[in-house]
Amino acid sequence: MPLLPIVKMTKTVMKSLLGGSACKMYPARKPTFFGGTRGPVEIDPSKCVLCGLCAKKCPAGAIAVDREGKTWEIDRLKCIVCSLCADICPKKCLVLRNDYTPPVTGETKDVFRIEPVSKEGHQDQGKSKG
Amino acid sequence: MGKRTVIPFGPQHPVLPEPIHLDLAIEDERVVEAIPSLGFVHRGLELLVEKMDFQEMVFVAERICGICSFMHGLGCSLGIEEIMGIEVPERARYLRTIWSELSRIHSHLLWLGLAADAAGFESLFTHSWRVREKILDIAEETTGGRVIFGACKVGGTRRDIDGETLVRVLGRMKDIEADYRSIAAVFRDDYSMRHRFSGVGVMSREEARELGAVGPTARGSGIARDTRELGYAAYGGLDFEPVIEDAGDCYARCMVRVREVHQSFDLIRQAAAKIPGGPVEVKVKGFPEGEYFSRLEQPRGEVIYYIRGNGTKFLDRFRVRTPTFANIGPMVKMLAGCELADVPVIVLSIDPCISCAER
Ligand code: SF4
Ligand code: SF4
Repeated sequence: MPLLPIVKMTKTVMKSLLGGSACKMYPARKPTFFGGTRGPVEIDPSKCVLCGLCAKKCPAGAIAVDREGKTWEIDRLKCIVCSLCADICPKKCLVLRNDYTPPVTGETKDVFRIEPVSKEGHQDQGKSKG
Repeated sequence: MGKRTVIPFGPQHPVLPEPIHLDLAIEDERVVEAIPSLGFVHRGLELLVEKMDFQEMVFVAERICGICSFMHGLGCSLGIEEIMGIEVPERARYLRTIWSELSRIHSHLLWLGLAADAAGFESLFTHSWRVREKILDIAEETTGGRVIFGACKVGGTRRDIDGETLVRVLGRMKDIEADYRSIAAVFRDDYSMRHRFSGVGVMSREEARELGAVGPTARGSGIARDTRELGYAAYGGLDFEPVIEDAGDCYARCMVRVREVHQSFDLIRQAAAKIPGGPVEVKVKGFPEGEYFSRLEQPRGEVIYYIRGNGTKFLDRFRVRTPTFANIGPMVKMLAGCELADVPVIVLSIDPCISCAER
């Protein structure tokens, strides 16, 4: 076997031996996300008018808007994090959080009660796991 | 001559990255015939056009493949744009080119890692993927997604890369390329890779042509065919030549990919130098009516999109011929006559993406 090829890989091996870790050392070190990273959809329930456009346009059918029951519901596992809903929402009340969707083991539906802000400024909004 | 035996191979097999089933008729240790069967991960994505707005269909198309997803979205958008006569802004075309090449780099690096793994060279495998991770970071920084970019849409792109980010990314890419160069040298010169891949799964130029091989599988057999030469997106304004190797064996296909990564780095640099300013999307009005075949070069080869619109928001027909599907014929040809132990390497050498092929 010619000697040169061995030297080739040795260079890389030496670099990894002497250099630092290539891993991001999670969870010991807190991960940083890029500004544009798309993550789970978040809603501001005080702004939503239950128009249902997001549910209609969502390519994955992850959102369900119930006008009568005044709820806005998202199935986290169905959502493909495309951000189409956030783009088209007329009230701009949806944003995609700037991190990764956390892993889940069970129920993934998040239900938000949509209630307009009352006169006193007190807002009765609750998030319940459904 | 030994007795003929049939060995079922796959769809779940330790060496297979994807679910394909092969019935291997063997005599002694030699494969006489390989009969493939597909259909284990069929998802029926093509039928979704019947109930999905044509603009949303781009997101679905992106999910046909978990590696070259951007180019699937691009193929779908290109077809619809052509039918509707939409003129995509110049800047968007360059952005599409940059993201396509980023996809190609990370796809090839993924494959190179798998190839090193198939040869038992585990440290090379992890180093390939270490470099790939940095490319994925660039993708995430510029598009918001690591693999599924979600950056393409009918009429342009959904994101723009501002000048500052572009300069920063290009700077980082220089280091990544230097890093990659040291890994590419191992693929090129190291004894283990050459020993495992050379002379295995040979396909001549004529056979590749006759069987309709595409992408690196065809180029590894000396066919200078690269769909990027059609000039879609901004490729018309960039300078490149198809990478070809003549040997036609697994090692040649490996070398095509090794060299194409360099080519992609170069194309990104060219595109970044030429990218004009201006808008990145145009408003889409009306519905597609008519039909179009869009063709583009994915990391695995040429993909063909057939799209037919009927003037409503739902498309009539949506058909995707993925490169893996075209390369299954050539793969079966390569398998005939090989050693049983070489089967995994040969299957891997076409860079199979079976779930793409079944959509
Ligand atoms: S989130 Fe936005 S788009 Fe969805 S129902 Fe509320 S206001 Fe409408
Ligand atoms: S991000 Fe996309 S998939 Fe998720 S809820 Fe919004 S539109 Fe639906």
